Amino acid sequence: MSSLHGVERSALATVRHGLSLTPEFRKGIAGTLALAVLATIGKVIVPIAVQQTIDTGLKGAVPDLPYIRGAVLLCAAAVVLTALCAYLMNVRLYQATEASLATLRTRGFRHVHDLSVLTQNSERRGALVSRVTGDVDQISVFMQWGGLMIIIALGQLLVATVLMFVYSWQLALTVWLCFLPLMIVLPRFQRWLSGAYTQVRERAGDMLAAVGESVVGAAVIRAHGSEARTAERLDVTIEANKAAQARTQRIVATVFPVTEIVAALATTAVVLIGVRLGVAGDITAGRLIAFLFLITLFVSPLQTATEMLNEAQNAIAGWRRILGVLDTPPDVADPGEDGVELPRGPISVSFEEVGFSYPGGAPVLTGVTVDIPPRSRIAVVGETGSGKTTFAKLLTRLMDPVTGRVTVDGHDLRGVRFSSLRERIVMVPQDGFLFDGTLEENIRFGRPSATSEEILLALTELGLADWLEGLPEGLATPVGQRGESLSAGERQLVALVRAYLADPDLLLLDEATSAVDPATEVRLARALDGVTRGRTAVSIAHRLSTAEAADEVLVFDGGRIVQRGPHAELVGEPGVYAGLHASWVSAARS
Amino acid sequence: MASKVTSAVMRQGFRVLGVAIRSERGVFAVAVLSSAVYGVMTVASAWALGWATQNLVLPSLAEGRVADGALTTAVLLILGVALLKATGVAGRRYFAGVMQYRMQARSRREVTRQYLRLPLAWHHKHPTGQLLSNASADAEAAWAPLAPLPMAVGVVVMLVTAAVALVATDPVLALVGFLIFPAIAVLNFVYQRRLSPLATRAQQLRAEVSEVAHESFDGALVVKTLGREDEETARFRAGAEELRDANIAVGRVRGLFDPLLEALPILGVLAVLLVGAGRLESGAITPGVLVQVAYLFTLLAFPIRALGWVLAELPRAVVGYERVRAVLDTTGSMEYGSATLTGEKPAGLRVQGLGYSYGDSAVLHEVDLDVPPGRTVALVGPTGSGKSTLAQTFVRLVDPARGAVLIDGVDLREVARGGVSEAVALVPQQTFLFDDTVRGNVTLGLPVGDEEVWAALRLAQADGFVSALPGGLDTRVGERGTSLSGGQRQRLALARALVRRPRLLVLDDATSSVDPQVEAKILQGLRDTAQASTVVVVAYRMATIALADEVVYLEHGRVTDQGPHELLLPRCEGYRNLVTAYEREEAEREALDAEEAEKEEEVSA
Repeated sequence: MSSLHGVERSALATVRHGLSLTPEFRKGIAGTLALAVLATIGKVIVPIAVQQTIDTGLKGAVPDLPYIRGAVLLCAAAVVLTALCAYLMNVRLYQATEASLATLRTRGFRHVHDLSVLTQNSERRGALVSRVTGDVDQISVFMQWGGLMIIIALGQLLVATVLMFVYSWQLALTVWLCFLPLMIVLPRFQRWLSGAYTQVRERAGDMLAAVGESVVGAAVIRAHGSEARTAERLDVTIEANKAAQARTQRIVATVFPVTEIVAALATTAVVLIGVRLGVAGDITAGRLIAFLFLITLFVSPLQTATEMLNEAQNAIAGWRRILGVLDTPPDVADPGEDGVELPRGPISVSFEEVGFSYPGGAPVLTGVTVDIPPRSRIAVVGETGSGKTTFAKLLTRLMDPVTGRVTVDGHDLRGVRFSSLRERIVMVPQDGFLFDGTLEENIRFGRPSATSEEILLALTELGLADWLEGLPEGLATPVGQRGESLSAGERQLVALVRAYLADPDLLLLDEATSAVDPATEVRLARALDGVTRGRTAVSIAHRLSTAEAADEVLVFDGGRIVQRGPHAELVGEPGVYAGLHASWVSAARS
Repeated sequence: MASKVTSAVMRQGFRVLGVAIRSERGVFAVAVLSSAVYGVMTVASAWALGWATQNLVLPSLAEGRVADGALTTAVLLILGVALLKATGVAGRRYFAGVMQYRMQARSRREVTRQYLRLPLAWHHKHPTGQLLSNASADAEAAWAPLAPLPMAVGVVVMLVTAAVALVATDPVLALVGFLIFPAIAVLNFVYQRRLSPLATRAQQLRAEVSEVAHESFDGALVVKTLGREDEETARFRAGAEELRDANIAVGRVRGLFDPLLEALPILGVLAVLLVGAGRLESGAITPGVLVQVAYLFTLLAFPIRALGWVLAELPRAVVGYERVRAVLDTTGSMEYGSATLTGEKPAGLRVQGLGYSYGDSAVLHEVDLDVPPGRTVALVGPTGSGKSTLAQTFVRLVDPARGAVLIDGVDLREVARGGVSEAVALVPQQTFLFDDTVRGNVTLGLPVGDEEVWAALRLAQADGFVSALPGGLDTRVGERGTSLSGGQRQRLALARALVRRPRLLVLDDATSSVDPQVEAKILQGLRDTAQASTVVVVAYRMATIALADEVVYLEHGRVTDQGPHELLLPRCEGYRNLVTAYEREEAEREALDAEEAEKEEEVSA
């Protein structure tokens, strides 16, 4: 399951904590609640009017028309007034909740970016997105509808009860005795229902995942003709989702009408007992009839109670999920203000007895100790799974070592401000993700302040001016979703220019040109060689020349550095490097 | 303008409802019938209370003696009506839900079928997020009005029954009803007209916020490595705040109309009391009737809003339905013929005058190619020269705009559905793994035994790491499974192609993340095995090219030369520059080193 679960909290504590994160909501809440109370009073106007009409207006043989007229007009004025209160309350509520939820959304979004790569990758992207979209929407539905309804419903029950006791305590008790068992079992109903809703949500998630695969994997599915199997997998999830929805509906359809029956029982009891009380002179006809109207005020709150409780639960679940994000400590955290600001200039890095393992996994790096002096060119080589990429992630602080430490210019990486770190050390990953936009926008992502001239200059400096000229719209060429309008090699070129534009003091290339053609790659390597002179450069190498050109080669095997030194030295020694070298030579020349 | 759109939208909305009713006649009939029972019984319950007031409460209290006969009747009436009403409510709720869910599931099946049917070119034009929401949110929105629809029909029945009952009891009080209830209906209509454009806008903004989050989280690594969290947060915040303002605009309209709709029936009850008192005075009605009508107005106040709920959902439903329809109505799906590509022997590939463009920019021009059965051909060319696009036409992932691709002399467009993938397999540059086991990812449902899976894994040099996985073939990989390295993923993708024993294997730079020595083993294995196939390989590495019988050199979407490597090398400059780039670089470096060494010697001398 998800690794993003926050502190265990009770429902109430969750709501309280959720609300505490959004001060916009609490501002002016007292006024909104006061308006809500006034609006609720409007609910008992009808029973009062009926009682007054029957008991006072119709007391004599002839109806007291002036009295009735006066009473009705008074009531009408009260109706208009309470409607106005309701309007004002609504507007305030919408403003407060929307403002607070926008804040919550944005905080959640930011926090997702602050989480470590490891945590981010352990989640489905879609699930992360829903934490700042759908989950927040659920909270808003509750705050603007369910939560409000709960307050109004409770108010309605309270006002009705007070009036009932004023009219006849015996009948008031009767009504409560009828409704009490229902109120007691409602939470149980709601638990069934929420269990069922949870199922629906999970099935819906499975379904979305299946649809996602059928869309993202469109090429593979077609290339291997597995449409029928994919369709089957889709159908299974669609049907499971439907079945879960139907089950929920069965529970709702059973529970919902029960209130009608209970209300009828209460009405019957009031009539049975009320008539006897009336005969004994303990209650007037008007009050007795007013009771029949007051009972209807019990129906709607109870009928919607399961839905309200459900909205409440959804909202709590929504809060839990977004709090789950916010509570998950960014295990690779920015020291922020307390952190060290590194001055610009040549950069040195040291690994001191660094070890790393994924949670619950075997060690992937053990006892790595190495110094990377300023201005040096380091090549990192090794077979797949030897720990090269982990080394790169530790160096750029995408992850923190489990043992040992990594230092930059003598400062532990964990104590360096992110703003400073990301400015000085930039990694170009193998898969250059591009945003949907133009080429220029994507390159500018490296340095938002860069002008078009600076971007063109960067492209020229890297020897990519020819490539740019070949593009139909030059810098304005749209790259498509994830950059998919460009080839994999072209995406790598953009990613490289983007990183170069960021002007770091240490550039780390993780097989960053693996999909680029050799001629372009050699040109690029040379250009980089020139422009990065004076900076520190670390390349995870996938070909011979990178290793040959490096000042020092670090050879990884089984999570350790097994050999190190310049190419010329290593190539003569028996060991892992000699083997790698031999296979490279054969790959290059054959 | 807006009002015109809205009435048009309403008409369209009713058409959407019509579609659902025609598709689920039976369920709809039961739901509506149940709802009608509920509607009639609601009116009946008011009548029962009026009867009890007139015949039980008032006489008993006036006479000081309980009217026993009337008491029994009143109790039976109230309980009986309530039971019937409850049954109606249960039926209405359940079947309304069933209808809605069935329609949703139906749309989802249709839409996803269409996703599988439509050509890849169509997929390239549509963002993933949009396709996901077509199948989920849009399918849901399209049929959302079905939930309150039977209720709304029941309310109409309720209103008609109430109107008849009112007219029958007292025409003057009925007049009050005829003023109040149409007023509620008109108010509701105005409400929905004001609301729907605002709600639509909020919906759009919600989707946009979601898209920003999706893209930003997808690119999380880039955002992190370049330290662009602040800018991304600002981008998201702008969207979230726009959504907030749109939601508040919706809230203002709701906040105004909801209390109005609630107040109107209460004012109606007060009017009934006022008018009714006069009628009582003239002796036209009894107090029981007054109570009955007042109670009826109280009961009608809430359900009448169901009409509004349906109207409220309609604009969203129309948008959702149109989006779903747009997918379903897309033509231009690939046409298939009836030819088959049977045989066991390696396939021959021929490309004739092929051209292809993405939008306005042509990427391939007049490509002619002939790969005899059993041969291995390398497609070589600079980054962006059109190699991947060409490779995709070989397996008919895309159809050429001009010219044709023929396998064993058969134009791929004439091959029956599913026929091409039985003979040809492509391993793309970008690996995609399903959220499934290793076995599932290799077989993709192909009925093959584990031995064959292992054999394919061995050939792809993937057996080693797969057997080291905790669950072997049963280990889950993909988005939430064990994370594999790029090279491991590529090898699984290769095994996926090999297990199909293709007669033509197309490798689109499919081993770029695989270590050179592992790649060499794979290529050696492909050559040595008896698995007979023609191979087209997009490659940069000399070792790969060296395995090819022939090289096709592409530049700017044109084949500029083709022939064996040895012939191309001296005569084709572009090719030479490309494939010898590393060697030349190395030679230069060696020369440089030698120079430096000489200098050093001179110095030391």
